[in-house]
Amino acid sequence: MSSSTIAIPIFPGTNCEEDVAHAIKLFGGIAKPIYHTETNLDGIDGIVIPGGFAHGDYLRTGAIARFSPIMAAVEKLSRKGVPVLGICNGFQILCEANMLPGALQKNEGMKFICTETELEVISSSPITSRLEQGARVQIPINHFEGNYTCDEKTFDELKKNNQIVLRYTNNPNGSRDSIAGICNQQRNIVGLMPHPERACEKILGNDDGAEMIKSFLDAVVSSRMALPA
Amino acid sequence: MAKYSVIVHVSPLPGVLDPSAAAVMRALPALGFNGVSNAQIGKVITFDVDSNDIDSARAEVSEMCQHLLANPVIEIYSIDIAPAEKSVNA
Repeated sequence: MSSSTIAIPIFPGTNCEEDVAHAIKLFGGIAKPIYHTETNLDGIDGIVIPGGFAHGDYLRTGAIARFSPIMAAVEKLSRKGVPVLGICNGFQILCEANMLPGALQKNEGMKFICTETELEVISSSPITSRLEQGARVQIPINHFEGNYTCDEKTFDELKKNNQIVLRYTNNPNGSRDSIAGICNQQRNIVGLMPHPERACEKILGNDDGAEMIKSFLDAVVSSRMALPA
Repeated sequence: MAKYSVIVHVSPLPGVLDPSAAAVMRALPALGFNGVSNAQIGKVITFDVDSNDIDSARAEVSEMCQHLLANPVIEIYSIDIAPAEKSVNA
């Protein structure tokens, strides 16, 4: 099978698109940065919404990005089962777009946190399929609004459907139940605050994120085989 | 069509942690202001809107709040609305 083409939507203020593109290419994918005004995603096999400050994070993180023209196309593809990954600001955008439940609010300690965190793999998903449940990985975080929250009902559903994908082992930001990443019920949309794309090479001092990016590319290949050509 | 002045107050949902209010509550006693409780920090959004009557204006603003101005997962909102005073352009 030919290489998978991964769209990387770019909003005004996105700043992690190069890191994501580098990681995708490193493991054999084709990275295709696409500006947020585009509505045509023909030929796209998977989508990674990268980190940054889309539309300046005005009003709330992700609140304006959600209405960018590309998001309707992203949502449409996701309904066909195409894997969608939102990293950091990408996670915030997916929550605002109601493609993932809950919301990300300001960190509990009112501090911007930029550090490496330890994550525990809770369930299999498009970014954790290559990792064992209970496995621990070191992945950097870099955010002010990473404090995951949701109401009781949503939380019960997350637990019941195994939608919690990753937890912090040492909750750095006050997230409910130490949640670092979740997926939707269909398990093709994943959002997480940590940045696996920044930890993919030994030369950077940490390649724990490599298996996560490779897992995502695996999920994209599986979805391509399942979808009519 | 008439013009209405709108004030939307957006505040954290009761029970949702409000870290910025918590920081303010910790800072006030340091300045000697004691006995402050229940602080909340939200947003005030003001604008004018054209509408047929005040009820349809209110309904429209309510839609705006639900879809953009507030995130119901973490925020509540209230709407103050009144006929706008005539501006020089009216």
